[in-house]
Amino acid sequence: MDPHLLKGLNAERRARRAAILLTDLGDGRDRLIREGDQVAGALGDIVAKAFRSGKSGSADAEGRTFFLNVHVPPPRLVMIGAVHISQALAPMARIAGFDIAIIDPRTAFATPDRFPDMPLHADWPETVLKENPLDSYTAVAALTHDPKIDDFALKAALDARCFYVGALGSRKTHAARVERLTAGGAPREEMARIHAPIGLDIGAASPAEIAVAVLAQVIGALRTRKTETRDAAA
Amino acid sequence: MADVSHLDDTRDPLAIAEDWMGAGREVAIATVVETWGSAPRPVGSHLVIDADGNFHGSVSGGCVEGAVVTEAIDVIGDGNPKMLEFGVADETAWRVGLSCGGRIKVYVERLG
Repeated sequence: MDPHLLKGLNAERRARRAAILLTDLGDGRDRLIREGDQVAGALGDIVAKAFRSGKSGSADAEGRTFFLNVHVPPPRLVMIGAVHISQALAPMARIAGFDIAIIDPRTAFATPDRFPDMPLHADWPETVLKENPLDSYTAVAALTHDPKIDDFALKAALDARCFYVGALGSRKTHAARVERLTAGGAPREEMARIHAPIGLDIGAASPAEIAVAVLAQVIGALRTRKTETRDAAA
Repeated sequence: MADVSHLDDTRDPLAIAEDWMGAGREVAIATVVETWGSAPRPVGSHLVIDADGNFHGSVSGGCVEGAVVTEAIDVIGDGNPKMLEFGVADETAWRVGLSCGGRIKVYVERLG
């Protein structure tokens, strides 16, 4: 592999842009294809299809066998609330390969001391999400219990077709939340997309155990989702 | 948060390969290019190896990494890429194979 290609590929990955490393399995030559690059002929069709599906694999074209390693942006988990659960969930999600962000306007909670080396936004979701919009590669977990902070983010997550939307709170709390969101204009049929009470039912008790339950549910949503969102986005 | 992706530089194989290269180490990259049946790591997974046999990442659940590292050191030596195949049908399966019953093809190439 050409060292320049490796550097270029890692730069694309760090920028959350899709890229394909194309290797000719016959002679070992490789090239980096960024999303949007023009690739001629039969290979162009194969490349376009690979970007759409996000799947790596081999393909024959022009009498040669190529391997396409497709790199799409990693899934991202946005936590609303710099709370105790987030302190466990953020590092766990990072280990599991997620990009992460933590948003909480309460500066007593959102401190670098409580979240060392984590992307922390001590501001309202309204402000942060305007600059950093959600997308279908993103999961949102609302964890503050505070409607003033959680509700906007939940509505934004539904609108952005986030692959996972979850909200902390009891069934009673959630019923009240559904009433508020629908009164605020969110379609009632969308409410079923919110996982609440949040997390797989494993009897989690401590904040760290709840973080495990949430992360497992997020991974479940990621790995069982239909590919149509990605196809539609292409 | 939308702007930058955090590549885990201590665990991401391709980030590690870049670091090693920058530090002047000789590096091989192994990639799962095909799987059949039950295979522990998907197509596109990487194991990166240096000339001393240090490695990061995985191409299986730990079943064949040892063999891949050995081959990778040869690849670093002569620069010729290799295609390796592992599976229970392999005659060496009892020694180096996938206990899960799958088969995988691993492409090993030198960086640079």
